[in-house]
Amino acid sequence: MTNTLHRFGDADSFRDDYVIFAMASKGTNDADSLPKLRRFLQIAVEYKPVNLGDARHGGALRPSKSMNPTAHWNRDMAPDFKAVIEGLDKPTTCAAVFDSKVAAEDFVKRIKEEDLGLSINISTSIDGAEQCCHHAGITRHSVGYSLGFEGKTENLPSAQVLMLSTMCGHGMVSHSLAKKMTDWVKEGRRTPAEAVTYMARFCSCGVFNPSRAKRILEDAIGDGK
Amino acid sequence: MEAIYIDPIKRRATIKRDECVECYACFNGLSQEHLNPTIVRATRKLFSMLRIRFEPEPDVCPTAAFEPEELVWPRVVRRAFSDPRVPHESTGVEGRGTEEVKTNDVSGRVKIGEVGFTIEFGRPGVGARFTEIQEMCWALAKAGVSFEKKNPITSLMSDVATGTLRADILNEKVMSAIVEIKTEVARTEEIIRLVWDVEKRLKTVIAIGVGTRCDENGEDHIVEPILERLGYKLERAKTNIGLGRISPKQQPMAEKEPVHA
Repeated sequence: MTNTLHRFGDADSFRDDYVIFAMASKGTNDADSLPKLRRFLQIAVEYKPVNLGDARHGGALRPSKSMNPTAHWNRDMAPDFKAVIEGLDKPTTCAAVFDSKVAAEDFVKRIKEEDLGLSINISTSIDGAEQCCHHAGITRHSVGYSLGFEGKTENLPSAQVLMLSTMCGHGMVSHSLAKKMTDWVKEGRRTPAEAVTYMARFCSCGVFNPSRAKRILEDAIGDGK
Repeated sequence: MEAIYIDPIKRRATIKRDECVECYACFNGLSQEHLNPTIVRATRKLFSMLRIRFEPEPDVCPTAAFEPEELVWPRVVRRAFSDPRVPHESTGVEGRGTEEVKTNDVSGRVKIGEVGFTIEFGRPGVGARFTEIQEMCWALAKAGVSFEKKNPITSLMSDVATGTLRADILNEKVMSAIVEIKTEVARTEEIIRLVWDVEKRLKTVIAIGVGTRCDENGEDHIVEPILERLGYKLERAKTNIGLGRISPKQQPMAEKEPVHA
């Protein structure tokens, strides 16, 4: 889940981006972790996440292997949290994504009270995570800083595209798709809400933040005016 | 990655095998309709002649054209490092195959006074070949740092002491791969300067993560100032909040000590 660390943007751009994930350590506490991970996901739903997922099966919006052609006109674009919870069948990393600081803070506090014994991480701005910890009365154990991208950065696309595509750190949301969706929204061919669902379906662990993506696309429309 | 393109002669979508990193995004990420390819092509041709553009959902393969192939060594390495749904055999972890500080509260991987680096090649979305990763591993080994034992790249080294990767994988291209090391905090600046030096010679991008253990008050007054002094504006981090604990039913799986180069 290093895939949540290197999201592109400044600290303020993460004001609606709180990824909280739970995982067990291989050989240390994973043997009895499955019900605990499921519990983590079930509790998350109470706090109205914008995405939920596990690293084996994906997020709350998933591709279909047998799509009906009529879906081009009436596709179901609602996230299916129940499918994520019921689909969890092996210990893996489970994540909940929130677009509200209050929800993230309350969720962290609740998870502390539940005492699941799993490793819990918050991936957001440094300040945002500190505030979540403060709210829950937790002292941070460890921190992993993102130093951003280096090397041949001339190979990278625009900042706007990067903000979208890096929301799947595994690279499943390609720069080309993010660019295409930005263009489509600017041209009025899809709404921001529709465009984010196409990108979210490619994210294979459910950490893509559709709410932040929608805001970025709406900003793109504003920039074009 | 630009591995899929429309062949101008065949006028069909084609995959450049050498550029393809076997991420399976085309197979796993696209929805499928299973329509008859002949009918689909004829319909497209007809619409094209009439100057009509049908604008389908962009994440749908109408003919379910992609089929996974049986991968053999060394090409199978591409998938291991590119398809996040496949756990790495060496660590059993999905994604890029390492737990790093995410489970530091139970693994104790990075202790007080230590700093852990994740140097990820090819991210975001550019890809990297092992020849480039090799350059960095040699330089790090020469500097005498410790490669993390439970990391897929370390498991592919034929000689950990020199940071030498297996020769048969060097030309393989992957979506991204993480070299993971740890050292004492005092060497933070030296390691970052070393990475800066090597990355100038590479053709890809790098994402660096720096992990550290917080003090008893949950603060980090040591590594953060070093990074800021080096010019980094720290915006985002992953924070382990320390709620994990070792299961009484499980013995710690293996020694947690890294492999010393």
